[in-house]
Parts: sequence; C-alpha cells; structure tokens
Amino acid sequence: MKRMVRAAAARAVLAMALLAMAGVPLPASAQQESPTPAAPKPAATVAAAQTFRIGLVRQMPELPPWIAPLTAPPENLGVAGAELGIRDALASGRFLKLDYTLATEIVPTDGDPLPVAQKLVEAGNNYILLDVPAAQLIRIADALKDKDVLLVNVGAPDDSLRQQDCRANVLHVAPNRAMLTDALAQFLMTKRWRNWFLFTGRTDGDKLYAEAVRNSARKFGAKIVAEKVWDYGPDARATAQSEVPRATQVAEYDILIIADEQGEFGDILPYNTWLARPTAGTQGLMPLAWHPTMENWGAAQLQSRFFKQHQRMMQPLDFQMWEGVFAIASAGMKTRSSEVGKIRAQILAPDYDLPVFKGVAASFRPWDHQLRQPILLTHATNTVTLSPQQAYLHQRTPLDTLGFDQPETRCKFN
Amino acid sequence: MTRRILLSASLAAAAGLMVMGETLPAQAQMRAFVTNERDHTMSVVDMDALKVLETIKTGRRPRGVTASPDGKLIYVAASDDNRVEVYDSKTFKMLKTLRSGPDPELFVLAPSGNPLYIANEDDNMVTAVNVENNELVAEIPVGVEPEGMGVSPDGKYLVNTSETTNMAHVIDTTTNEVIENILVDSRPRVAQFNHDGTQLWVSAEVGGTVAVIDPKDKWKIVKKISFEIPGVNKDAIQPVGIRITKDGSKAFVALGPANRVAIVDTKTLAVEKYLLVGQRVWQLAFTPDEKLLLSTNGNSNDVSIIDVASEKVTKSVAVGRSPWGVVVVP
Repeated sequence: MKRMVRAAAARAVLAMALLAMAGVPLPASAQQESPTPAAPKPAATVAAAQTFRIGLVRQMPELPPWIAPLTAPPENLGVAGAELGIRDALASGRFLKLDYTLATEIVPTDGDPLPVAQKLVEAGNNYILLDVPAAQLIRIADALKDKDVLLVNVGAPDDSLRQQDCRANVLHVAPNRAMLTDALAQFLMTKRWRNWFLFTGRTDGDKLYAEAVRNSARKFGAKIVAEKVWDYGPDARATAQSEVPRATQVAEYDILIIADEQGEFGDILPYNTWLARPTAGTQGLMPLAWHPTMENWGAAQLQSRFFKQHQRMMQPLDFQMWEGVFAIASAGMKTRSSEVGKIRAQILAPDYDLPVFKGVAASFRPWDHQLRQPILLTHATNTVTLSPQQAYLHQRTPLDTLGFDQPETRCKFN
Repeated sequence: MTRRILLSASLAAAAGLMVMGETLPAQAQMRAFVTNERDHTMSVVDMDALKVLETIKTGRRPRGVTASPDGKLIYVAASDDNRVEVYDSKTFKMLKTLRSGPDPELFVLAPSGNPLYIANEDDNMVTAVNVENNELVAEIPVGVEPEGMGVSPDGKYLVNTSETTNMAHVIDTTTNEVIENILVDSRPRVAQFNHDGTQLWVSAEVGGTVAVIDPKDKWKIVKKISFEIPGVNKDAIQPVGIRITKDGSKAFVALGPANRVAIVDTKTLAVEKYLLVGQRVWQLAFTPDEKLLLSTNGNSNDVSIIDVASEKVTKSVAVGRSPWGVVVVP
C-alpha cells in the first residue's frame, strides 16, 4: 500500500512539475514537496537489508484519431503491471529482507523523458523501466551511460534497438517486431497459409511492422502476393462496408496481414474483405507478449492477482512492466544484493531463467539483451496458440527461432 | 465388478449387514480417484480391472486430491469453487464441503488425519482447516503462488512451495510459524518427505531440477538433481510430482511435457531410468501395497500404470479431460 501511495505521490509531483515547466502558476501549498503519509509498519516487518529502487518512465503515445470504447487504454496502462510486480517482489523478498520501491513518472506525448529519467536516477533509482519511443530511449541510454544504472525497455518494439542501435546498459523485455511477426509466420506456415496479402497503415511504426512481416515471410518461406497501403483516411468506419471490399480486391491469397499499430483501420477489415479470408497482424490474430485470455501454465494466477489489485484485465504492456520488475526481483533473490553490477551479471548468467507463465522459461540473449520468450497468438476472445511452433527446432533453444538469433545480430556493445 | 454390486455392498455394510459386506470380492476394493481438471469430474478407477468404475461430478476445476489415513474419505480441492469437497470412498457421494480459503490447489493431511493444510494459490497463504468441524485452525503467510504441500512423517514440519517466490517454506506445525525458507529453482511444484523424514524432495518445474534437502542439517540442499533425456529438449523437462517408496530406496519423478517418469536412486541421487508415459505427466500415486504407481497425464487424458518392481509401464487407462491429481485407497 505504502508503495502505491508513494507512486501516486510521485505522479502528482511530476504533474505539478510539468505544469510548472509549462509556466502554469502553482498553488502555494502544492509547491512544497507532497508529504508521504507514514504508513504504520506491520509488526512482522524486519528492517530491509537491501532496497531495490525502481523508477518507471512512461511517455504517453500519440493517440489514434479514434478509439473503440472496448479497446480504450486504461489510465494506468503498464504502470499497473509494475505495481503488481513490486507487490509480488515484496511478498517474496520479505523472507530475505529485500525491499522494493517504485517511483513512477508519466511524460506527456510532446514532453521530454530524458530529464525525467535523469531526475529519477539522481533520486537514487538505479533500475529504470522505460516505455518511451526508440529515439528517446537511445538518448536516455547514452546520457546515463556512465551511471551505475540498468535500463529496461518495456515498451519499444523497434528492431533497430536490438540491432545497430543496441546499447549495453539496456535490457529489452518488450518483444521486438521481428519476434512478433516470426511468431505469426511460424503459425501460418504450420497452417499452410503461405500466401499473404499485406495491408500497411500510414505511420512509421506501421511501415516498420510491414518490413518485419516481409522479413518473416522470407525467413520462413511465405509469399507476399499482394501489398497495399491504407489511404482511405483516418476514420473509415462509416463507409467500411463499401470501401473495404474494393480495397481488398487483389488476386488470390490465404490470409490478410494488417500492419496498423495504432488501430486506425485494422479492426474494420475483418468480414468486409472481398474474399472470405482470415486476418492477422496488429489486428485479427495478433502476436502479443500477453493477453487477458491467457490462462495456461499458471497464467490464470497472474491474471487473477492482477485483477484483484486493479479491477481490470492485464494488457500486454502491463505484463511487460510486470516482467521488467520480476526480472530484477528474481535476480535479487539470488544475489541478495541490490548492486547493479551483481544483478546485471545474474540476469545475463547462462543459468538465469525467468518463469513467465508460458510453459518454458524466458531468458536474456547475451548478444542483444533481448528477452527470449514464447509469443501468444490471440484474437479478441481466445489465445489460439503460442509460438515457437513445435516443428521449429533450434540447437540452443526453440525460442531463438523468434527474432534475431546470434548469426543475424548486428548489435555491438562497446 | 459393477458399480451396482459395489454400491449395494457398501449400503448393506452401512446397514450393519456385514455378511453382505464380506461378499464384496477383495479385488474390487482397491480404487484410484483421479481429478479431471477440465471436466469438473473425478474418475474412479477399479485397480484390478484397470477400468473406470464411475465418473463423479465435482465442483469446478478439481485439482488436489488425497485420502484420509483409513482410506474412507476422499478430499478434493475444487479450485474454482473455493472449497474442499469430502467424498465417501465407497459410495462416491459427497458428504460435506470444507472451507479452503481462495483458489485451493494442493493440500496435505496431517499424518494423524487432521488438520488439512491447503495452499491458497491466489492469496499467498497456507490455510489449516479442522476436517471434523470445518474450523479455521491457522492462516500462514507464505510466498507468491503457494502450491506444493508436504508434511514430515511425524507431522512436525509442513513444507509449502511458492511458485513465483521460488522457495520451500518450512512451517513448524506446533506454532504455525515459518521457520526456514529454502531458495530452490524456478517454479517449485511439489514437496515430498521420504518415509523416515531424512530427506525432503522439492521439484522445480521451470528450473528443471529436483532439490534434495536434509531436514536434519539446517534444511540444506544436498543436491539438485537434473534430468537429461536424449531427443527431448531441455525446456520440456519439467519435474512436478514426486513419490518415494516406503523402504526409501527409490524416488519416482514426473517430468511434465517430457512425457517421462524418472526413477532416482535415493542413496546416490542418480537417475537410473526414464519411463515413457502419457503426455504432460503431472502427479503420481502408489497403490497402498506399492506394487503399482499411477501417473496422471494431463494432455493425453489418461493415467499410466507403472509396475514398480519391473519398472515398466504396463497399461494406460483413459479418464476425463486433463487428469490432474490421483490417490489410491485399499
């Protein structure tokens, strides 16, 4: 509870700081640091021997022109997962006198997350979860290069961050686009749906997603038989029934792959296509790190813990933030030390395994610090399967058939 | 042996007509109770005919199952109904329900038959319930996602594993306090003492190991047993259920999606053999005479029957969907 209060207080402070930066006068009382209520310590609590101070920076993404009410992002998206991670960590850590704190900072879409991250570090947080755009992540990583800080990318899916733009002080928990589209490609090949029609949106992210789809097709032997770019405007809901059939009149194909990361048009394609074909990609059958419909391998327990704490379902970003905290916390159980160097070494050790409720353990690839983990393929109401698919074998672990394997890496840590 | 005869026999026995009771052929007596997690049922297997005698409708998502020391009562954890159900092992009728705390998964009975110690997976808690009067004896806070439950043969120590904290918590049953926390590998599932209480075995599903712990030496880990099966990916080797023979010589370990049961020498702690069973093998149970060992195979919806002396799988018996737990009564 105390932790959550602290996080809320931190958010309030930040909101005021932003107002101050924007030149908005603050009420006199608000200019003082908001006091942290002194929560009474339960009798059983012993003084913590080690404290893990985790900071979280989330920059609000640009919102699409319209959002279906059903998929509207909750206000505490992602942050809620980190809060559950802290609660789990405390429940485990108390047996070893390990304490965990979370300081959350939300940055507006047009704000600058760098000074916010630096401030968190100055305040003593040496583990920082980042959900910021790729360019900002690189700036932050470079600015904090000489600090004793470990950065965990929980949001940015950019392949470049795992390749030429990789940084030694960054771990990637969020799956990158190549991992996601490889996961989808393996399943489609298993189904023998190998002729794809690729429909790409207008944003840079959509283009990168489409590029990942093309790479995955090449990697697993699928064929992109048709490609189109969505140029029917940002909101074609009203005319979808007449426009989409025309837009999808291409030659024969097995499945329509959608690259629409903001959700501008992907959801209006199913059932409106010219041919009766399934859809997949950013909408339809989606490759994701997590989904509320995931329940096997103990996942139901995590879902239920999350629901109890937040009264809503656990979204992929919630899960990725939970994983970020869990990765640090579970390494901490072994090191029993909050020193960044020790935690980092533990996380990157060959025998490190992170049980993330997907049947096999996740772990970090030493060559680009990407968390290798199974990827869900899910539609709105069911998790259809998890990749890697059974037929895809690998000399090290089948998980390395998703995303960038060692021979493909262009990452060089300096 | 048909159910009708068995039923009438036990009804007659209940009425005090012991003559009728004695007409019940001895071979019809041994029964295995298998919980089917996704059918919300429990299969009763006739252990001589090796056939399903009866399928009992249970509460939702039945998982943990155990029997009273006299074999008369069967306890079932109905996880999604948040209760423990108590069945008559002869009539197959539900006699009563016990409080369980939220989301009960596995439990263990004290060797005396009371209380029942229940792992509450959703609540970071172990609940002790008096099986006679349904009173709450204790609630013991443990790590995240408590699961495996083991009790020492003298009943003095209760061991709970927490799957996300990756610990085995040792609880003193006289004070109901955690006295030791043993860090093991990822996702510990089952805790099992041997019969003289000199070894505690803890399986780690995702870690792929079984830790053998010495209760007499400050609960130190003596060895972590790992498993290697040619042609089976390491990720698929996920130890769960453990059973140790009464003479303490052999341990059987269910290896999940590796579809194998490992036989381990308890002295050398070396793996001697792997037996191929059904898919995603979960929990194990001996027959009371220890001639047979049963494994629940969650993905092939059957139970494998292992001949303990010859170390061979002799038969598989189809049960309900996703068989989870198993117990055999004389």
